[in-house]
Amino acid sequence: MTVITAGAVVTARNPVHAALSLVLTFFSSAFIWMLLEAEFLAITLVLVYVGAVMVLFLFVVMMLDINIARIREGFIKFLPVGIALALIMFGLIYYVVSGDQFSLESMAAPVAKAADYSNTKELGMVLYTEYVFAFEIAAVILLVAIIAAISLTLRRRPGTRYQNPSEQMKIQKQDRLRIVKMEAEKK
Amino acid sequence: MTLALNHYLVLAAILFSISIAGIIINRKNLIVLLMSIELMLLAVNLNFIAFSHFLNDLAGQVFVFFILTVAAAEAAIGLAILIVLFRNKQTINMADINEMKG
Repeated sequence: MTVITAGAVVTARNPVHAALSLVLTFFSSAFIWMLLEAEFLAITLVLVYVGAVMVLFLFVVMMLDINIARIREGFIKFLPVGIALALIMFGLIYYVVSGDQFSLESMAAPVAKAADYSNTKELGMVLYTEYVFAFEIAAVILLVAIIAAISLTLRRRPGTRYQNPSEQMKIQKQDRLRIVKMEAEKK
Repeated sequence: MTLALNHYLVLAAILFSISIAGIIINRKNLIVLLMSIELMLLAVNLNFIAFSHFLNDLAGQVFVFFILTVAAAEAAIGLAILIVLFRNKQTINMADINEMKG
């Protein structure tokens, strides 16, 4: 399932379809992570990726009107190279990981955790003690990302009119009103 | 049948190879390039979690947590750059982005 949807991501004709297939890929890998007893990270993957990052992707894909035909023009040309390189890469990795050192005999599956075992609690215990500095650095990285994204996309429009409330409050009567003394007109 | 560690590793390898193929094939399309990079990070995370499960060590999951953080930041900044690029040049085609000399 994960593989099929991942294949759809890179071959989809429409970028919107690619983004939606990526959502499905993230969902199915979240289930795989749950099989591996990483429940907190599985939920985080769904919330952060499917909820935030992919929505951002979809926003951008739909906001920019893209000429699909022009984008696709190199597809056939690069297809054999891409597939060949992927096969070579996969062959090499497979040669390494399919050996006996990672099989069940040499690395047995761990016993399943008890029902009251909390993955989130354990992760939090480690995160806030051993890895607390890395955690703070991650927070700073997120802050930098926020500031960078906003300052990159902020656009100043010079012609925009806006109110300045403090100027409005400071105004005095004599700034606006001019009393002209003059003789009364005769009928 | 019990799933051994190398099943997960092979799955991650397949995902990684697909994303490499995606980067080569979709050289013209910046958005799909970014998506392929996300897919690559997902494969790496799968490796981390599989090892953390089979070695009974939580450090792998902590690493995945940080990778997720950095990947989210990277995606946000990448898309922001993409939007600025599109606003300035009205295109996201890689072939048109050749302003730099050298």
